[in-house]
Amino acid sequence: MSILVDKKTRLVVQGITGGEGSFHTEQMIDYGTKIVAGVTPGKGGQKFNGVPVFNTVAEAVKEKKGNTSVIFVPPAFAADAILEAADSGIKVIICITEGIPAADMINVYNTIKNKHVTLVGPNCPGVISPGKAKVGIMPGFVHKKGKIGVVSRSGTLTYEAVKQLVDAGLGQSTAVGIGGDPVIGSKFIDIIKLFNEDQDTEGIVMIGEIGGSAEEEAAAFIKKNVTKPVVGFIAGRTAPPGRRMGHAGAIISGGKGTAAEKMSVMKKAGIKVVENPADIGSTMLKALEKGKKKKTSKKKKDKKASAKKAASRKKTEKKKSVSKKKKKKK
Amino acid sequence: MKIHEYQAKATLKKFGVPIQDGVAIKHINEFDDAIRQLQEQGINQYVVKSQIHAGGRGKGKIYNPSNTDEFILEGGVKFTKSVEQAKEYADKILGNLLVTHQTGAEGKIVKTLFITEGLDYKTELYLGILLDRAVSKNVIMVSTEGGVEIEKVAEETPEKIVKEWIDPAVGLQSYQARKLAFALGLKGNAFKSFIPFIKSLYNAYEHTDASLLEINPLVITNDDNVVALDAKMNFDDNALYRHPDITAYRDLDEEDPLEIEASKYSLNYIKLDGNVGCMVNGAGLAMATMDIIKLAGGDPANFLDVGGGANKETVSNGFKIILSDRNVKAILINIFGGIVRCDRVAQGVIDAATEMHVEVPIVVRLEGTNAKEAGELLRKSSLNFEVAKSFNDAAKKVTSVLKN
Repeated sequence: MSILVDKKTRLVVQGITGGEGSFHTEQMIDYGTKIVAGVTPGKGGQKFNGVPVFNTVAEAVKEKKGNTSVIFVPPAFAADAILEAADSGIKVIICITEGIPAADMINVYNTIKNKHVTLVGPNCPGVISPGKAKVGIMPGFVHKKGKIGVVSRSGTLTYEAVKQLVDAGLGQSTAVGIGGDPVIGSKFIDIIKLFNEDQDTEGIVMIGEIGGSAEEEAAAFIKKNVTKPVVGFIAGRTAPPGRRMGHAGAIISGGKGTAAEKMSVMKKAGIKVVENPADIGSTMLKALEKGKKKKTSKKKKDKKASAKKAASRKKTEKKKSVSKKKKKKK
Repeated sequence: MKIHEYQAKATLKKFGVPIQDGVAIKHINEFDDAIRQLQEQGINQYVVKSQIHAGGRGKGKIYNPSNTDEFILEGGVKFTKSVEQAKEYADKILGNLLVTHQTGAEGKIVKTLFITEGLDYKTELYLGILLDRAVSKNVIMVSTEGGVEIEKVAEETPEKIVKEWIDPAVGLQSYQARKLAFALGLKGNAFKSFIPFIKSLYNAYEHTDASLLEINPLVITNDDNVVALDAKMNFDDNALYRHPDITAYRDLDEEDPLEIEASKYSLNYIKLDGNVGCMVNGAGLAMATMDIIKLAGGDPANFLDVGGGANKETVSNGFKIILSDRNVKAILINIFGGIVRCDRVAQGVIDAATEMHVEVPIVVRLEGTNAKEAGELLRKSSLNFEVAKSFNDAAKKVTSVLKN
């Protein structure tokens, strides 16, 4: 399993004929994503890379049974594109566009909030379920199929984290870039809820940054509801207050939204917070191993718990070294 | 984007918000004319207000910019009934350095003064409008604790801040305006004048795509009118394209010259105090790179996101900006090549560094598509690159380079 996008995804690309849209359409097709339609108003009837183009999302849904859309339209028209998708029966909308005015997004967020639709982004790299579907602009080859859910406000830092996971032998169920804007469709808490319910996700990596309080809200949820190991990082410990660090939402205002504050709240919620962004992969690996040990030691109902733990640790170490040797022989 | 008080008030005036009005001057020889304009409106007491993009002006101190030990005046906002006194204040402030708790020790040169009417008022209140990110709605906050820093109130007596969230579908409702007025303890004429005041203020906030509108203090005059004594407005950069009038208010004197230069190349650059320049693709990774430099014992000199392209041109522009900062002793380039191929980035780095004769040590970490080929290219080049194997390694190499 995975979340949001998979083999059942029938993708509609809004803004398919634009520069970004056309380039990434090819990339997504190469990855194996099922793109059923494109939408560019006024260019309906044309074909692009073998994909039929429609004037409206409604037509694309009706004719090609599109259920997911990805948006590449320019910022001035992107809010309209999101509302069009939501109104046309698309269930998952992923908006890549950067630079949408916050006021437009306030309207969009509050309009679609009560509809049965999930918006990811804007200003995000998109969503990928490795081996199944890539909906967005992330480099597909970095990812590997597996059981870790990744959720992040960043783009390249997410690829960095994913690479670390892969280096540690951990694949991903789904990696979600929720975007760097102050108003976004899905917040950490929304995606973490999905990962928590997803049976195939065994651990969660959350990568936040300065600004807002979405990480704190997610931490409260995790403390209450999540038993899967969660590894967290907050970018921007060295960021000065009052300055917008690239992302519209990455700003410490009125002394609120600092990395230190977020990290401390997350730690208190039981999240394994790494100080060093290079430690994300290895920390997740350790957390998973620890979780497995906990399960086995619970079964043993032991009196001298500490002694046996040490013993079992030795055993696993031995096992590891044995398996390593085996691998080498191969 | 930030603007000055006098610009914010001009904007609010267009929306019918009652403000403490005045005349902005940039040179002392404009003073007499400004006073005459005020006197023609029957005004006989004055406030001389420093215009800089920082708070705490009233409690700031004026110094001589060419000799910062020379203290000139207490307070960057001065009230007086005497025209002569007002002119003396104006003369002492204009062109000099104003240091407030928000400017830092280096202060800011006051290049504009706002000469305003002096009002007699009995109450100071606080009013702020901004986006509440937790609920994705705008929120109006009021407090009876006006004239002080709202962060302080929020920390010490949060119960004294009353909030109303605005549903974007229907806008600010009258009952909400009344709730806020009652929360401020307003009665009689003050209550009556607050309702249209807050409605026009919210209208101004929405129609200008403001990201922050703060009136601190909001005053109740002796004749029971509600007036904005100060006004602070910030705007959503993403929406400036639809507000040419607001964009025209941009004051380049208030911005770092290097940051202005960088924005010309569409580079996202923020200057910091350290000695390790960094060039990264993506804002999150750029922040994380700054963090890891610090962890390794270095100090980041800047935030620089070169965006998705990272070709020869962006890299050389990046070098240009980074090296304009004389504190920079080493440069760390951290590029995660996804769609962009690392060997191309590497070639861009080599070409740019050769062309520009970069002399400070450069540590390069390229990861992603064709990273191996990129490493080969860098190692084979005649330039002295340190090629890092990992994110951690990059930070360590930079700090070790600094020590040598």
